[in-house]
Amino acid sequence: MSELLFLVLAVLTVTAATSVVAVANPVRSALGLVATLFLLSIFFVALDAQLVAVLQVIVYAGAIVVLFLFVIMLLNLQGERRVTGGMGLVAAATAGALALTAFLVTLLARAATAPAATLPPGFGETRALAERLFTAHLLAFELTSLLLLVAVVGAVALSRR
Amino acid sequence: MSPTPLAWYLGLSAVLFTVGVLGVLVRRNVIIIFMAIEIMLNAVNLAFVAFARSLGSMDGQVMVFFVMTVAAAEAAVGLAIILAIFRSRGTTNADELVSLKW
Repeated sequence: MSELLFLVLAVLTVTAATSVVAVANPVRSALGLVATLFLLSIFFVALDAQLVAVLQVIVYAGAIVVLFLFVIMLLNLQGERRVTGGMGLVAAATAGALALTAFLVTLLARAATAPAATLPPGFGETRALAERLFTAHLLAFELTSLLLLVAVVGAVALSRR
Repeated sequence: MSPTPLAWYLGLSAVLFTVGVLGVLVRRNVIIIFMAIEIMLNAVNLAFVAFARSLGSMDGQVMVFFVMTVAAAEAAVGLAIILAIFRSRGTTNADELVSLKW
């Protein structure tokens, strides 16, 4: 990915993410979330993570955001009159957020100087990911099935009261 | 080799994470707070994928796979909790849900 393209996409992504946080209407927030997730999947493709990019669109933008939209529809949420807390809270949160950005950037700047490794052949393909997933991370993979089962049962139990 | 350096991706990840934190701090609607949490998870996913690319290891992408699974489970349970709260309280405003406050 060329650096100009990266900058354009990065600005679009941050704008979409900001719209999720700043817009009063929850449906528009959800649409902003879809845009953010879709733009991130473009970065994933540029970083040789094709399977992750496809999963991002199908699972996140497809399933999770639709779940959000369903709940917004069920609750019949309208735009809020008071979107945020008081002015003091917003000012304090913004100051804290700027400090956090500075902290993260200095922290990550140290890691970012590491020289790039040469990629093994087939990097980022489904086969390479599956090989790691079903060998080194097999136990964690099996545990996620348990997690999803618990989540499904829990969601049904919670919403049937 | 992608010409865009790792540092740029990490910077974008940091900015996105901060946007998510800001959303959790300032918004009062619990559904929007939930979406802000999803933005934070995705910012971390971007860092994982960027590091995986830089280190030439697939483990970062495997980790993103697990983060997505946990996020899906979290969204299902969390939204069910929000529905249950809305049914008993009639609100999704975090400022009005204060029963657990001392």
